[in-house]
Amino acid sequence: MLTGIWVYLAASPLLWLTVTLAVYLAGHWLFRRSGGRAFFNPVALAITLLVLILLLTGTPYSTYFKGAQFIHFLLGPATVALAIPLYLHWERVRQLFLPIVVGLLTGSITAILSAIGLAWLLGGSPRTLLSLVPKSVTTPVAMGIAEKIGGLPSLTAVIVILTGVAGAVAAPSLLNRLHIQDDAVKGMAIGVAAHGIGTARALQISSLAGAFAGLAIGLNALLTTLLAPLMVRLLHLTP
Amino acid sequence: MTGALTILLLFQLIGEVTVQLSGLPVPGPVVGMVLLFLSLRWRKALPDTLRATAETLLSHLSLLFIPAGAGVIQYGTLLADEWLALIAAMVLGTLITVAVTALVMQGVILIQHRMRQDG
Repeated sequence: MLTGIWVYLAASPLLWLTVTLAVYLAGHWLFRRSGGRAFFNPVALAITLLVLILLLTGTPYSTYFKGAQFIHFLLGPATVALAIPLYLHWERVRQLFLPIVVGLLTGSITAILSAIGLAWLLGGSPRTLLSLVPKSVTTPVAMGIAEKIGGLPSLTAVIVILTGVAGAVAAPSLLNRLHIQDDAVKGMAIGVAAHGIGTARALQISSLAGAFAGLAIGLNALLTTLLAPLMVRLLHLTP
Repeated sequence: MTGALTILLLFQLIGEVTVQLSGLPVPGPVVGMVLLFLSLRWRKALPDTLRATAETLLSHLSLLFIPAGAGVIQYGTLLADEWLALIAAMVLGTLITVAVTALVMQGVILIQHRMRQDG
């Protein structure tokens, strides 16, 4: 009887959609219970819980994703929605036009070079290096870039998310140690390095930091899309 | 709410079609974002419902990464083989990027500030 229900539910989108929302809420609950410590990142906690559930129930990722793809799909409209904070803070963006352009260019190039440089030094395989190139760009865009340059899009998706978690956990205290006080600069740096997951963290600093992080996601997505194929050719990377 | 979602999906659709037709090396949703921004600037107005829907969607942005993040489960062997390279790139690389971006941007702001004071 119970196995019958499980077989039915495990194959339907309903179960995995519900589980995804539940682990998200659980991740936030644990984060609040920890007193809001950055180390207990809600997304990292949610993903850990989810991976444990999938392993314990022996559910293949493809079965899970059939249900959860509806949530994954919303990354597209969410990317389009970044036009709104950009529109709302356009005046401040215009005032800081030059610092944004210069910061974005150096940040974007640093993100690509530091990732492939470090991985190459430590013996990463060519496929891994190529999958690392778009690591600081928001997931749907990063997967598209990985596909174009010969990386593994699904590996890139995982790398992008872990990068975002690392940035969300460590960036705010690093910025304090560097004596950065301007929330626009904080937001921009977090957004360039750690995309949407960083932006969720930047929104906790202030709405201005969140807006600049959102702006950085969009701009870095555009710039990395153009830079990645060029850098790959310059560095002679092939899968 | 439904109207606002339709606008977001419509701009994503226009973005995807534009990319398919033009062969631009940019993902469809990013083109959609740029086009939506331009049309908001052109109309000089942001409908309240669109603002509310976008803010709701963006405030739960981290939820949307969970399905792809769980994909880590497929890469157990790769992670076991290349964990040092991957962790270094993801953690150190990201911290370097945060520091460089923040310091360069702060530096340019300071230089601009001084030039304005001098001029």
